[in-house]
Amino acid sequence: MPPRTCALCSTNRAMLKRPKTGQQICRECFFYVFETELFKPGDRVAIGASGGKDSTVLAYVMKTLNERYNYGLELFLLSIDEGITGYRDDSLETVKRNQQQYSMPLKILSYDELYGWTMDAIVSQVGRKNNCTFCGVFRRQALDRGASMLGVDHIVTGHNADDIAETVLMNIMRGDIARLGRCTSICTQGEDTIKRSKPFKYAYEKEIVMYAYFKKLDYFSTECIYSPDAYRGHARVFLKDLEAARPSAIIDIIHSGEAFEIREEVKATQKVQQTCKRCGYMSSNDLCKACTLLEGLERGMAQAGITDRGRKKLESEGPAPENLRTIPFYQPPSAGNAAILLEAP
Amino acid sequence: MSESNVSLKVEFSGGLELLFSNQRSHKVAVPGTVPTKYNDPSSPSKPADIAFLIHYLRDNLLKERVELFMENDTVRPGILVLVNDTDWELEGEGQYVLKEGDEIVFISTLHGG
Ligand SMILES: [Zn+2]
Repeated sequence: MPPRTCALCSTNRAMLKRPKTGQQICRECFFYVFETELFKPGDRVAIGASGGKDSTVLAYVMKTLNERYNYGLELFLLSIDEGITGYRDDSLETVKRNQQQYSMPLKILSYDELYGWTMDAIVSQVGRKNNCTFCGVFRRQALDRGASMLGVDHIVTGHNADDIAETVLMNIMRGDIARLGRCTSICTQGEDTIKRSKPFKYAYEKEIVMYAYFKKLDYFSTECIYSPDAYRGHARVFLKDLEAARPSAIIDIIHSGEAFEIREEVKATQKVQQTCKRCGYMSSNDLCKACTLLEGLERGMAQAGITDRGRKKLESEGPAPENLRTIPFYQPPSAGNAAILLEAP
Repeated sequence: MSESNVSLKVEFSGGLELLFSNQRSHKVAVPGTVPTKYNDPSSPSKPADIAFLIHYLRDNLLKERVELFMENDTVRPGILVLVNDTDWELEGEGQYVLKEGDEIVFISTLHGG
């Protein structure tokens, strides 16, 4: 066979077929793509910052490595204010101190601003049983929207090995095959979403805490006052018990999660991603989960976004009223739409 | 048991301080010699160790929710213990014999992300 030229530089002779992309590339281009897989010089990267140990250590490590190895990244702190009095307001004070300590720009986006509802208001309507569903769905979308406002290329979050193992267990217990396939990847990127990664996928919680302790990092450690996600709590305790008996359990579970292969027939039955008709965010239905939850809240039928029965009841009450509060239309990330209003340092 | 007390500095963090009057740092003095079986004076004596200290803290300093601090006679999984800044797993864990002036730190890893 005649020598082939590199698919990237079209100049040098290809020396390797990349397993991930099937591209035939030359040695120099291989080094370049391999070394810049995670970050490229000039990338704008938002660190999802809650003030807790994981994201505080992540912000510190990102800053340190960026300076030590000249990654050339522009780093931002991005915090979501769920509106939980006595919890998030205190932890945001920690993030504001981190902003000073690490001299990084900070953007705070609140549920109130985005959805018109604070978690305090949501809990007073839905009670403490399903509030974690609201919070989880709203946070995910808020992070993407905050990142889009910052015009960043990439969001990094502080999820550690223990968190990922916990999520693997929960997805298995719920039979959530689609999520099981996704939850162990370090880096995910959908078509319309900003690249997200979890640099601490293999870092044990113990290491994160010891790192913060030895480096005397300033973090906030109080449990959310609404935290009755009992299911996750049980998974967490179970995992800690396993780890006490055999420390490799955490990595073993992550490995098991990675080793699951979804059969093509099953994949075919999974819903394709589209965009939400109301707010433009990615969704597997006409309406995204956040819009469904918000409509339920606004119409006083909070169950609508949680159970099928609630959903049917909402639909039977007729279409959404014209003046329904909705989420601002999502601007998919693209360079140049950054309208940044940062917190004053 | 005439031996004098051992004074220690005990610290709680990572959210554990909430169980101890929301105070991070405590000065504690424990007897130098204690019964092998906690609170059973008829059992043979031993020098006070961390296993004893954990029970002592539960009975003397802990204010609420013992299940978040102890499980099966030791600290609950997910709580790190440091002896003079060293991981207690390198110091014999519960069997580490307390010395005058030791700093013992308990950190919960279970709170917040
Ligand atoms: Zn939507």
